[in-house]
Amino acid sequence: MAARKSVKKTNVSAEELTEHYRSMLLIRRFEEKAGQLYGMGLIGGFCHLYIGQEAVVVGLEAAAEEGDKRLTSYRDHGHMLACGMDAGGVMAELTGRTGGLSKGKGGSMHMFSKEKNFYGGHGIVGAQVPIGAGLAFADKYNGNGRVSFTYFGDGASNQGQVYETFNMAALWQLPVIFVIENNQYAMGTSQQRSSVTPDIYTRGEAFGIPGEAVDGMSVLAVKEAGDRAVAHCRSGKGPYILEVKTYRYRGHSMSDPAKYRTREEVQKMREERDPIEQVRTLLLDHKYATEDDLKAIDKEIKAVVNEAADYARNSPEPALEELWTDIYA
Amino acid sequence: MATEILMPALSPTMEEGTLAKWLVKEGDTVKSGDVMAEIETDKATMEFEAVDEGVIGKILIAEGTEAVKVNTAIAILLEDGEALDATPVAAAPSVAASPAPAARATVSSPESPVAAAAEQTPDWPEGTELVQTTVRVALRDAMAEEMRADENVFLMGEEVAEYEGAYKISQGLLDEFGAKRVIDTPITEHGFTGIAVGAAFGGLKPIVEFMTFNFAMQAMDQIINSAAKTLYMSGGQMGAPMVFRGANGAASRVGAQHSQCFAAWYMQIPGLKVVTPYSASDAKGLLKSAIRDPNPVIFLENEMLYGRAFDVPKLDDFTVPFGKAKICRTGTDVTIVSFSIGMQYALEAADKLAEDGISAEVIDLRTLRPMDLPTVIKSVMKTNRLVTVEEGWPQGSVGSYIASEVMQQAFDYLDAPIITCTGKDVPMPYAANLEKLALITTDEVIAAVKQVTYR
Ligand SMILES: Cc1ncc(C[n+]2csc(CCOP(=O)(O)OP(=O)(O)O)c2C)c(N)n1
Ligand SMILES: [Mg+2]
Repeated sequence: MAARKSVKKTNVSAEELTEHYRSMLLIRRFEEKAGQLYGMGLIGGFCHLYIGQEAVVVGLEAAAEEGDKRLTSYRDHGHMLACGMDAGGVMAELTGRTGGLSKGKGGSMHMFSKEKNFYGGHGIVGAQVPIGAGLAFADKYNGNGRVSFTYFGDGASNQGQVYETFNMAALWQLPVIFVIENNQYAMGTSQQRSSVTPDIYTRGEAFGIPGEAVDGMSVLAVKEAGDRAVAHCRSGKGPYILEVKTYRYRGHSMSDPAKYRTREEVQKMREERDPIEQVRTLLLDHKYATEDDLKAIDKEIKAVVNEAADYARNSPEPALEELWTDIYA
Repeated sequence: MATEILMPALSPTMEEGTLAKWLVKEGDTVKSGDVMAEIETDKATMEFEAVDEGVIGKILIAEGTEAVKVNTAIAILLEDGEALDATPVAAAPSVAASPAPAARATVSSPESPVAAAAEQTPDWPEGTELVQTTVRVALRDAMAEEMRADENVFLMGEEVAEYEGAYKISQGLLDEFGAKRVIDTPITEHGFTGIAVGAAFGGLKPIVEFMTFNFAMQAMDQIINSAAKTLYMSGGQMGAPMVFRGANGAASRVGAQHSQCFAAWYMQIPGLKVVTPYSASDAKGLLKSAIRDPNPVIFLENEMLYGRAFDVPKLDDFTVPFGKAKICRTGTDVTIVSFSIGMQYALEAADKLAEDGISAEVIDLRTLRPMDLPTVIKSVMKTNRLVTVEEGWPQGSVGSYIASEVMQQAFDYLDAPIITCTGKDVPMPYAANLEKLALITTDEVIAAVKQVTYR
């Protein structure tokens, strides 16, 4: 299947577009705040920010229905916010406090929510891919019509278990959407340096899995593609691949000197393709919102994020007995 | 209101850094994303970006200043139109009230009061010039020297070439040896490990870097079923002369999937050799031996030790043999045996115990397979008491193997049950306070020694 162009004109409602704007802005401001708290030593270890990639998860969450499942890698804060997990709970997990979604025991890379059907937060590159297909296996087994959104990176797409999973997912017609978030780099390795075939979405062909490339800087293009993928899966036709071309603005994690790409490359993406700016322009051009409306949203989001940060700072560290709990059921 | 710009933490293990260069000056306007300064961490030089908009009111720390502690105010940011003295300075947004990433206890040098045991031969001739070298550089030098000496040695792994290693261990190797011998792989541990095993069968001598050993679990089958067993299965016809190396054990606050010691796992496997250096000289000497060894060698490094400097002898070809433990400190009341980062706790405990009049002999195993049990047993025959120290889990630990051997070989010499100090029997938690609790501590080693010496 050919790559599709991003959506220019829109027949999307003002409410929907505003909601996209709000969701993406929440992720961006949240991540900026997380970066700040890391710099202050309040967040430790690895911390992978999602800035630049917001349209991917926001577009796909808009295509999801109640009960659908999702899971991703360690770059997971955006996914959690987009599926409705509490910003304070996410931030408090980053600071390792008792109010965190894993009681402070999981950290940035390992968060989960049974309530929101968010199955992690996985620290091992590629490991979430068969697990996502396994969720779909359970859904098919239960005949509940749900689909599972299985997110992974361009780097992860070179792990062998991805192709073992493709085979079984197609063999058993599992309702799983493989979402490859191609941000062009795996740590310091550009996609050209690690993959002989640049179009990852074609890699399902050998297994008969349809795939398409999507403009991941356009939330509307992502939403449209998500709708197609969901329709395919829900109708019982098996798995679907979306390769969403996106870009991360920040380093791989906090300690990445990012010498493998130029500042100009990053700057150009930010200035010309920014997913939030695109929606902002659409909202203004269509007179769906005024500058003042958007300012009000900005302010509202800032308040949510500040509140989350305060909560994360003031929530106590876990009780020492927590060291010994949750090891066995 | 004016805010202080604070020295940022730019890596999980950073506690201080060098403010290498200011890219803005007083009076400059900055906006979010502008690079303000270059900061050198223990791993790399990083660009430090502005988060908030404003005008640089004052630069508080001059460029070139070394050892600037994280969270020190380095500049003052003014809002547009604001004058420097107009408002009191607020810390930007208010500084960490909670402990920064688990700072580990400081170490005493392993060479401190060493009166080498009679039968110990020193690692280098007396009078050899010694150079303070970090473990990171020692590892790099070992690989470079062996690659110069043997064309069949090559390095492969994720980010080892252009990025020069995720932990900067392979700095300069791509430049010196080129892309034929320093190879970036895709993220596919099981795949590239298998390819390296095949290359070893084919006569080459691969060094496989795992970014950390946590990811070697993806490649476990190739390491054990292919690399370790082929010599045996082929009746000695072919084997896998290769090194698997990388960071092992807990780093700092990286959570359960990235914090695990695999020493006891690999130590179980016949056909593998297992190396666990603590000091930089051992890192260098043992890595050179590992590369020359005709067997598959698991070389377990530790991220917390990479930046630490030790004396390394200046010799053309310095190697340390496998299977030779090192008595780092002699003593008479108790034997403490450890390896890798566990040595930090063992040595620190010995220092503190000396203040209480308890004389501890501290042995660094250095290699776990082969393991120098004779040195341990000889020591236990003298002290009659044994404590082992490691970061890994208790069940099936390195210490439990040592305890069982000592019990079988020197039962009559023991005056107290052996105590094996280990990490706690839980996955590694992320929270700072819980992580501290999960790790082995110096105090626990001291308590164990007091118990076996009935103090
Ligand atoms: C099995 C495994 N190998 C290596 C790593 C170290 N590592 C963490 S993220 C990463 C890069 C992954 O890149 P990609 O899949 O493109 O995801 P992105 O970070 O770009 O979101 C690597 C090599 C790991 N966590 N797990
Ligand atoms: Mg990527």
